[in-house]
Amino acid sequence: MTVRRVTRAILEPLLAGVLAVLMLAVLLGVSGYPVGEALSALWRGAFGSWSVIASGTLVRATPLLFAGLAVAVAFRAGILNIGAEGQLLMGACAATAVSVAVPPSFGAAGLILALLAGIVAGGTWAAIPAVMRLRFGVLEVISTIMLNVVALNITGLLVRGPLQETTHTFPQSALLDRALRLPQLMTGSRLHAGVLLALVTAIGLAWFLRATAPGYRLRMTGANPAAAASAGRIDVGRVMFAAFVLSGALAGLGGAVEVTGVTYALYENLSPGYGYTAIAVALLARLNPASAIGAAVVFGALEAGASAMQRDAQVPAGMVGVVEASVILVLLASEWVGARVAARGASIRGGTPRAENLPGPAVS
Amino acid sequence: MSANLASDFLDASVRNATPLLLAALGETVVERSGVINVGLEGTIIAGCLAGLAGAAAFGPTTGLLVSAAAGLAIAVIFAFIAIGLAADQIITGTAITMLGLGLTGTLYRLLYGDSGAALRTPTLSPIGIPLLKDIPFIGSALFDQALPTYLAAALVPILWWWLYRTQSGLALRATGENPDAARASGIAPRRVQTLAVLIGGVCGGLAGGTLVLAQVGTFAEGMSAGRGFVAIAIVALGRWHPVGAAMAALLFGMASTLQFFFQALNLQVPYQVFLALPYLLTLLALALSSSRYRAPAALGRRQQSVD
Repeated sequence: MTVRRVTRAILEPLLAGVLAVLMLAVLLGVSGYPVGEALSALWRGAFGSWSVIASGTLVRATPLLFAGLAVAVAFRAGILNIGAEGQLLMGACAATAVSVAVPPSFGAAGLILALLAGIVAGGTWAAIPAVMRLRFGVLEVISTIMLNVVALNITGLLVRGPLQETTHTFPQSALLDRALRLPQLMTGSRLHAGVLLALVTAIGLAWFLRATAPGYRLRMTGANPAAAASAGRIDVGRVMFAAFVLSGALAGLGGAVEVTGVTYALYENLSPGYGYTAIAVALLARLNPASAIGAAVVFGALEAGASAMQRDAQVPAGMVGVVEASVILVLLASEWVGARVAARGASIRGGTPRAENLPGPAVS
Repeated sequence: MSANLASDFLDASVRNATPLLLAALGETVVERSGVINVGLEGTIIAGCLAGLAGAAAFGPTTGLLVSAAAGLAIAVIFAFIAIGLAADQIITGTAITMLGLGLTGTLYRLLYGDSGAALRTPTLSPIGIPLLKDIPFIGSALFDQALPTYLAAALVPILWWWLYRTQSGLALRATGENPDAARASGIAPRRVQTLAVLIGGVCGGLAGGTLVLAQVGTFAEGMSAGRGFVAIAIVALGRWHPVGAAMAALLFGMASTLQFFFQALNLQVPYQVFLALPYLLTLLALALSSSRYRAPAALGRRQQSVD
């Protein structure tokens, strides 16, 4: 990564964060909330102290990063996987099932088994739309949306049935044994080792895409499947299948980390839409895994701050959803402006514009 | 008793299917033009809140019109970014859904207080058609419903006729299959798609209005509860055809009604099974359907920014 790329990876999410706060300020002002009070609550909730950064922002950013990586890697391969939500939930279910089944004496081995189960479940759940797309030509956009709902219902079924806690009163699983939880990184905070796992995964994925042959094939397939198949002699179908499964595995790991590191139990509403916000994370990161770290922190901070804003300034948390959505829309619009400027510059220089768009949905 | 129960079941199924059908008919038009609007969920919830506000001020029938206007407004944003600026449709749609859910939650609290206490609105009363509504078994289900149900039922043949029997319907379908060829034959693809998205917005807004004004009678944050995604599934299960959408919507309506019936009868069947079943059925139908019934070829493809 060149210095310029690193700067961009840090600057762009930062700019988006500033933009989001500005939009929020306007929105707050228009709606008649005390702007200063609300924004200071937002700041305190997101970055007020080291413990808030650790317990709030970073803990919230972790599932967003896993799911964001899942979306980014799929989109890079030309697959519109919007099923990260369902894949994350299936990962959480599998991790819980393993954690409940293994004896606490397994300790770290049990934890690793649970995380692996999350990876396998997420990958398997993603293999369904992958097969449907490649064998039967079913658009993955449609199939993943439906599988998200199915996954949510499976979760609901599990927490009221096979995985319900022993008293059978609450729709949730039993609490995981301490020995099977992800270790805490700081005493007195909720920061868990899953944050490090997410960071390592992001950097590993960036390296995989940039520096390995399979990563190259994945990018070529996404950029131009026809050319990848004919000129590159790449088995496009196989690469897409692998990328889809990898994407699901990343989201599934995110779900497993959420259960073993944060909630310690399976709930029906475990995810407040992580899989959907992840699309915003991936977009802000321009589908670049390393940049997704900063993007996930920005959205994690917004969501952590939103809870504080609701608590201390009675600002509805939905307002942050509005801001997140507006950031995405502004990014989409600015991409268009950027493409226009680039095209003009290119035509002046007489060269061809460098296409740096998102991969268009490659429809078979 | 059992005949009564069956008639009640059918009646409730049609009522539950109505908002789904309205949204799905609009989305059928949208997808036939080659655009997929995942923001439908946001459009529906906007229609919900607008319907409530409109009904509180002017009565339920006007409320329905206000909900259609809100759906149209949301569709304008989607059309501007996804078609006007040729941005990715999926990302735009996802943002629109987030926008709709967040905006309605915020506005509701602003308009009706921080408590978010339920504001009740008068609902549209059923319009019984004389004689027909007394037909045993199906009478109340088909001929004693509120206005939106008749509207949705009327839209099915109208849209079929438009899509398959008129020049402009052909232009729309041609755009969905191959925008470049359509352009070559003198059609302006982006204009056609914008029109389709706006129609979809009106239908999605009406679906939200129906939910509030013909069923629930109040607003709750996130009350659309995934109906936009259900509607997208219905479009696929209905094979991108208005009549297919009607049958698929009824199926989904029955599934959600079954859930309430099992709960009311205290049957120990997990209701999640019934909620998930239509989706699994749709996936199966999509996988097994022959290539004759595939999605529009250009569905979801990003448009060029020049016509």
